[in-house]
Amino acid sequence: MLESRNITKKFGSKIAVDQVTLKIEPGYIYAMLGPNGSGKTTWMKMAAGLVKPTSGEMFFDGEPLSVESRRHIAYMSTEPYFYAWMTVGDVGRYYKDFFEDFSPARFSDLLRRMELTEDLKTKSLSSGMMAKLKIAVTMARDARVIMLDEPLNGIDLLAREDITRSITEAAGEDKAILVSSHLVDELETISDYAIFIKNGHLIEVDNIEESRAEAGKSIVDRYREIYGHGGQEW
Amino acid sequence: MKFNTSMPIYLQVITAIKRDLVTGKMKAGDKLPSGRELATLYEINPNTAARVYSELEQEGITFTRRGLGTYVTEDEALIRRLKEEMAEELVTRFLEEMKELGIPPEDAINMATNALSRKL
Repeated sequence: MLESRNITKKFGSKIAVDQVTLKIEPGYIYAMLGPNGSGKTTWMKMAAGLVKPTSGEMFFDGEPLSVESRRHIAYMSTEPYFYAWMTVGDVGRYYKDFFEDFSPARFSDLLRRMELTEDLKTKSLSSGMMAKLKIAVTMARDARVIMLDEPLNGIDLLAREDITRSITEAAGEDKAILVSSHLVDELETISDYAIFIKNGHLIEVDNIEESRAEAGKSIVDRYREIYGHGGQEW
Repeated sequence: MKFNTSMPIYLQVITAIKRDLVTGKMKAGDKLPSGRELATLYEINPNTAARVYSELEQEGITFTRRGLGTYVTEDEALIRRLKEEMAEELVTRFLEEMKELGIPPEDAINMATNALSRKL
């Protein structure tokens, strides 16, 4: 459904993403893994149409990514993007104006599950609550591709569980979900595939249950083999 | 549920469900959660949950009523057989691990008997 063909992005002389060919299919949850700075965010931004590739191209349903196809892609970036004056309810209304596929009913349902209320001011939210709000507005869209960049970064165990649950609940036959993380084990049990990115290169895409069955390896094991022990963040 | 992430998750969930059946936590004919609910309940991937049910169905442990969902078999004998199989597996593993420690099966059984009499 969503694919990059030989996509490269350079920032000056630095190559952030190097000739990556990768295909995301509906019905699956993908964990995009790699240390910080390995190119995950840049790939996602190109897939969301927010960053222009230096060479290569993104495709959606076999057609080059366009304004039309971008409407089917929901992307949650790591940057904060709400105004400080907004309440949680305002954030929902703001999104409703921006995205045709935004469902206020789904948004309130997600808020309830995440234990957030509409009257809360965004500037008073803890980092865990903010992370949950960002997930809720993204997931309230009926998009065919959902990309979440580091949704589990810096938040507590219970909020992480709420988030992983909302990911499995949003999954469906017609949807592709791509979640990036440098915290590998968090995504271990909820993902179908692990995509390993290193220094801008695509190393491999593993079917996780298959590599458990065939090689007795978890994605944490594979991560260690690919990136080595020295100074990696976990 | 805490998983061993080096082993297929679907097998571990199958074992957990079988254990619930054998211990009577779930009974013959009971309705099971939907695949989606199972994924939420165990915090696992939805395709893995679907696989759990397809494997259980192949083993005859569950069956689907069209439009109604997945149910536990009504065959009580099958559940008893399951219990025997699980018990046998445990005994085999016990004997194998004792053997690895260099303890022959007869001694292992004596040790188990002694442990039991101490407990009583």
